[in-house]
Amino acid sequence: MLRTSAAIIAGKTLRYAARLRGGGSALPGLVAERVDPQILARTLASVPGGIVVVTGTNGKTTTTKMLAAIIAAHGKHVFTNPTGSNFTRGVLSAMLGEIGLGGRLQADVAVLELDEWHALQFAKLVTPTHALLLNVARDQLDRFAEIDTTAKLLATLAGQTSQVVVLNRDDSFVFRIAEGLSGKEIRYFGVDPEIADQVPALNEADVRFEDAATPPPPTTDDGLLHPVDTRDFAIRFGPAEQVGPLALRQRGLAAMVNATAATTMARAVLGADFRTDLTEAALRTVTAPFGRGEVIDVDGHPLELVLVKNPAGFTVALSTYGAEPVATMIAINDDYADGQDVSWLYDVSFASLREHGVAMTSGVRAYDMALRLDYDEVLVEQIEPDLAGALDGFLAAYRGQPTRIFCTYTAMMALRKLLAARFGLAGFAQEGE
Amino acid sequence: MSMPPTSSKGRIVLVHLYPREMSIYGDLGNTRCLAARIRRHGYDVEVHDHHPGMPFPQDAHLLMGGGGQDSGQSRVEDDLAVIGDRLRGLAADGTPMVMICGMYQMFGHAFITSDGVELPGLGILDVTTRGQSTRMIGGIVLDTPWGEVVGFENHSGATMLGSGQAPFGTVRVGHGNNGQDHTEGARTHNVIGSYLHGPILPANPAVADALIAAAAERATGRPFEPEQVDDALADEARTRQITRLRARGTGKLKDTAVH
Ligand SMILES: [Zn+2]
Repeated sequence: MLRTSAAIIAGKTLRYAARLRGGGSALPGLVAERVDPQILARTLASVPGGIVVVTGTNGKTTTTKMLAAIIAAHGKHVFTNPTGSNFTRGVLSAMLGEIGLGGRLQADVAVLELDEWHALQFAKLVTPTHALLLNVARDQLDRFAEIDTTAKLLATLAGQTSQVVVLNRDDSFVFRIAEGLSGKEIRYFGVDPEIADQVPALNEADVRFEDAATPPPPTTDDGLLHPVDTRDFAIRFGPAEQVGPLALRQRGLAAMVNATAATTMARAVLGADFRTDLTEAALRTVTAPFGRGEVIDVDGHPLELVLVKNPAGFTVALSTYGAEPVATMIAINDDYADGQDVSWLYDVSFASLREHGVAMTSGVRAYDMALRLDYDEVLVEQIEPDLAGALDGFLAAYRGQPTRIFCTYTAMMALRKLLAARFGLAGFAQEGE
Repeated sequence: MSMPPTSSKGRIVLVHLYPREMSIYGDLGNTRCLAARIRRHGYDVEVHDHHPGMPFPQDAHLLMGGGGQDSGQSRVEDDLAVIGDRLRGLAADGTPMVMICGMYQMFGHAFITSDGVELPGLGILDVTTRGQSTRMIGGIVLDTPWGEVVGFENHSGATMLGSGQAPFGTVRVGHGNNGQDHTEGARTHNVIGSYLHGPILPANPAVADALIAAAAERATGRPFEPEQVDDALADEARTRQITRLRARGTGKLKDTAVH
């Protein structure tokens, strides 16, 4: 116990210091982890209602936010890692703010967003009761190397989960995980077969096997997304139970799929306490997390910031926003957090931008982006690698009109800082505000 | 971009080998680039996707193959055995081909896994690749017969050239075939094997046009009749990236076991 307290004090002190500097969210957790690596296990063991891990390539942050909101709406105290720092250390950092020196976490349920690799490291320390596996897509290939490897990481995590595993029935990398599982309940989320033709845009092709595998027919515990129109949708559990119809604050099919995943998991966690009306109310109020279709008011006109990280994500973003074309800028950096290999831009079709063109490309790889667009016959008005110059030029040229910027991670961080300074948006430059 | 002339100079069949299994890391961009440039040079192009088990097309003037994962590679091995003689014949006959990463390895003599198992390749290029635990990852700059070439390498196999085998280029920044001898890729007749993603061709149009020139001659029986293509964007993208990578200096071998 003494060691745990020392770790907590060390972590808390650093957390306070980091806050004063306005700095990153993972460092204090790193310190606590050094002092006592078992701190996670001990503290989370006291959470009675379940330890839920959300992982997968795309949609983790959105889904985690929705899931936490739904469970909280049912009167539970939810511990979550809201900063989007989806590492074990990020969990520790968040935890340090919520526990007393005795090491007790005041929470009924823990809902944790972890990337595929850290989810597995986490499971070595703490057994998750529930795991929600969203999808497997190519992302920063220089880091995880192979999409098949990612699928294996998720399968291992599912095997280490004690009670319920929720799988995506439209992603064969994910639903095939059920084949190797025993001794736990398996539930699925997915889209209604009537919109199945839109699914390939969301998921990667799985070429690992000769046969075309199919998931089992849905049960009344499996949530199916039933879109009404581009904004309204319902989630159905068999013929008798339905959440919605409702509209999310965040746009697009991907967000609806995330809501379906979150609802299916919430229902598994809450059991008999689950209520559709509370779930609907929670989903209606969840705002877009950092960088996922945020809208900034620029002199009374909306500027949308859209984070793009990988081919599947960029393709979905283009199809989500394609129905409402506005002046567009694309900013591509190639730091570690962006993905250093920009090859992935060639796995995205930009044909939907052809009619209206692209006003500006920017970032370190501005010319590579313009070249990519040229090969899709998309006209680019201006190329300015410097983000500040590009942002000012873009907003000046389209003053009084709605605008949209697709950007990679570090480009987004820089643009947020610039926008915060230009438009006096307090705290906007920081993640997780 | 320049508009192609109205009357075609001929029809070029471009075969993309295994676009489903062997086309990760944006290698599809090479096919997009070749097809677009063939049109811009005033020729018609027919892009033929070759999948495992399908008959190989009668006409094949230009071939492209990309990188894949282990699962993808094992899926195409059987088909390569079936069409291997055809590919060897086309290569010996001067058909231009660009084979990236995994397909480059499979165009060699053999791939020897880290536990010593030897998997035979097509033997079109005199190279042998050994699996190893460190991955060679990062931006790369080469000197080649077509000038400076820039790309991104990402491979764990270390490739050695046979004694008479010409490389594709000489490494200026990055690792290349094996991180030791400063060679990158291999070239025999009009077949280029390389580890360069990026993808390689859009940013290095001189290489793309060399392949297209050979393909046009084979398709029409006449010398290549190029159009003036505006490559200002490609030139700017390439030279900026080369400048950055040269400033950063020759990359050291990174330990890239995941995290
Ligand atoms: Zn590769």
